[in-house]
Amino acid sequence: MATIKELSKREDLLSGGHSLCAGCGASIAVRQVLLGVRGPVVCGSATGCLEVSTTSFPMTAWKTSFIHNAFENSAATMSGVEAAYQVLKRKGKIPADKRIKFVAFGGDGGTYDIGLQSLSGAMERGHDMVYVCYDNGAYMNTGIQRSGATPFGASTTTSPAGKAGQGKPQWRKDLTQIMAAHHIPYVAQASVSHWKDLVDKAEKAFAVEGPAFLNVLAPCPRGWRVPNDMTIEIAKLGVQTGFWPLYEIVDGEYKISFKPKELKPVVDFLKPQGRFKHLFKPGNEQLLETFQSEVTKSWEKLKKLAGVE
Amino acid sequence: MATTIATQKPVAMTGNGGCALAMKQINPDVVAAYPITPQTTIVEEFASYVANGAVDTEYINVESEHSAMSASMGASAAGARVMTATSSQGLAYMWELLSIAAAMRLPIVMHNVNRALSGPLNIHCDQSDSMGARDMGWIHLFGENAQEAYDNTIMSIRIAEHADILLPVMVLYDGFIISHAIDRFEVLEDADVKAFVGERIPERALLDTDNPMTFGPFVMPAYYTEHRYAMRNALMKAKDVVLEVSKEYGALTGRTYGLFEEYKLDDAEIGIVVIGSTAGTAKYVVDEMRAKGIKVGVLKPRLFRPFPAEEIAGALSHLKAVAVMDRADSLGAAGGPVSLEVASALYGVANRPEVQGYVYGLGGREVGPDLIGSVVEDLQKIAAGDKPTTAAKYLGVKE
Ligand SMILES: Cc1ncc(C[n+]2csc(CCOP(=O)(O)OP(=O)(O)O)c2C)c(N)n1
Ligand code: SF4
Repeated sequence: MATIKELSKREDLLSGGHSLCAGCGASIAVRQVLLGVRGPVVCGSATGCLEVSTTSFPMTAWKTSFIHNAFENSAATMSGVEAAYQVLKRKGKIPADKRIKFVAFGGDGGTYDIGLQSLSGAMERGHDMVYVCYDNGAYMNTGIQRSGATPFGASTTTSPAGKAGQGKPQWRKDLTQIMAAHHIPYVAQASVSHWKDLVDKAEKAFAVEGPAFLNVLAPCPRGWRVPNDMTIEIAKLGVQTGFWPLYEIVDGEYKISFKPKELKPVVDFLKPQGRFKHLFKPGNEQLLETFQSEVTKSWEKLKKLAGVE
Repeated sequence: MATTIATQKPVAMTGNGGCALAMKQINPDVVAAYPITPQTTIVEEFASYVANGAVDTEYINVESEHSAMSASMGASAAGARVMTATSSQGLAYMWELLSIAAAMRLPIVMHNVNRALSGPLNIHCDQSDSMGARDMGWIHLFGENAQEAYDNTIMSIRIAEHADILLPVMVLYDGFIISHAIDRFEVLEDADVKAFVGERIPERALLDTDNPMTFGPFVMPAYYTEHRYAMRNALMKAKDVVLEVSKEYGALTGRTYGLFEEYKLDDAEIGIVVIGSTAGTAKYVVDEMRAKGIKVGVLKPRLFRPFPAEEIAGALSHLKAVAVMDRADSLGAAGGPVSLEVASALYGVANRPEVQGYVYGLGGREVGPDLIGSVVEDLQKIAAGDKPTTAAKYLGVKE
């Protein structure tokens, strides 16, 4: 695994000058993932903030080959690209020694919700590709609507907090576990705050033969209602509180990559974010307790799966 | 010039079997497909070609038509020669991507075996599926029988990949009537098909990683119109390319194709415009009517997108009355899509013939010579001075 010195010499494959917001977690996730790939790579992306802000014609921020197709089909599109690579190589139209890697990016909306079928199909078929979800917990590009990844209690434009509603009433779905159930060789959860862990995981994901899935916590300052310069800090709190545990599942074996001695209380993660402001109003203590108990339960379950105390 | 026509052999096969055979002979790089009646037997047969090593195609068993088109697009952008197939709801499920595929200028060739759209659920033939996707920038080539479906498949590869075009092509033919009925037709030898279609040499490809390129960008108003204009221009050019490729194919096979077929139209007074298998029945009816001295002919469109409006208007302009038969309705419009196209094509013609639209054969409703005979009778009245109705007439409706 590369040291920071080595990484600093690698070229960023997503250039600056794109129009993502200052402090956007998505571009950090992409750059760190791409630091984990050696040699030529073809990238794809679902529609969402990442795509619209990096490809505004006639410009492009991608130094790699890149394809955007639609919102929900980044995985299926990349399946086709990968299949073309296999056959053109077999037919001798691409040099036999040319190794190309394939990565599809999608936001949580394009991955957990509308794109789940396409992702599931691609993973089940076993294409040699990495799928990366940059999870910012809502449909940010269309203006902060709730997604299947939106945390319990978060106020979004389609699950607003008001007199009768207290933000999203449902728990978020656990996509990482859904992906693990596909029996693919490599599944991991990472965060932009833990760059070394993320780059290492990306390297492993690119190294396996067959499909790999990375779920990356990528805060959106706009949607989370935190200052632009708080991205890394808030992501770190997500990890330290157990809201977003860092772990990997290698050939079915669970391994927690970061074990805090004791989890920080989840309110440390919730409090700085404007989208959870209403949870701290008197009368909503129960909601905070529910949040905490769900996080604790998931963490305990994960520890059991990983066989640690 | 003495042309030598390639050796061909007669086969007795279904339309789908013929198309699967054409696919085998083309040996595309990638096929991504999902089953739907009446298309299914194409991909089943093709899967067995793959399983038996008759082709070295990468066959992706996708989980839906949406992914079939998505994967086809990825593979085509990667630089591969790509084919797929669908029908009805499958095509509808791809709808979102059809226009992106054309905009990305991906020369995918797709069989769409025409079938009614739901609802109500119906698996039988009409053309409402592909007609609903007619404005997406794809080239639409219709065939009348298994021979034409087979021939169009091979020609479509060349048309789609032509440097001036680079657009996806839909090879269309009638569900069950053509897809499942056994027909006798001529097929080429593998080597001749291989030589005719050649190799795909993409100018831009994702796998050309030394020359990275962004496919499918986000486009602001400042450039969107220009993209669509480029698509329109390429699509309009397809007319010439269809003729050019068809001529070359004619020299190889002895079967010549144009933008449409004219049957006894030269000296006709009245004419029937009809696409697909019903054109065969119409020609039979024309022969019967001609024996009775009625001067009727048929025009069978082959290329529906781009619509060769000028050429079709030219071929119909000498008639007194034209019946346009649609196996699909454009709900809420005056008539089916073909009748609207023909009427608008004739609009600028001085002394233009009267146009009467008909909607027939929906959801696989039987279309026999009697029904077409009734259209001819109707048309004779219009030629004699009766006014056509603005709204298309529905044929054979049980009231
Ligand atoms: C079929 C379809 N439905 C809806 C949309 C509108 N849409 C575009 S991006 C987007 C949300 C993207 O959210 P996410 O995937 O979470 O990515 P983010 O914007 O947060 O980066 C939506 C709803 C679309 N493009 N296509
Ligand atoms: S809205 Fe959020 S996800 Fe979108 S670009 Fe801005 S910070 Fe990034």
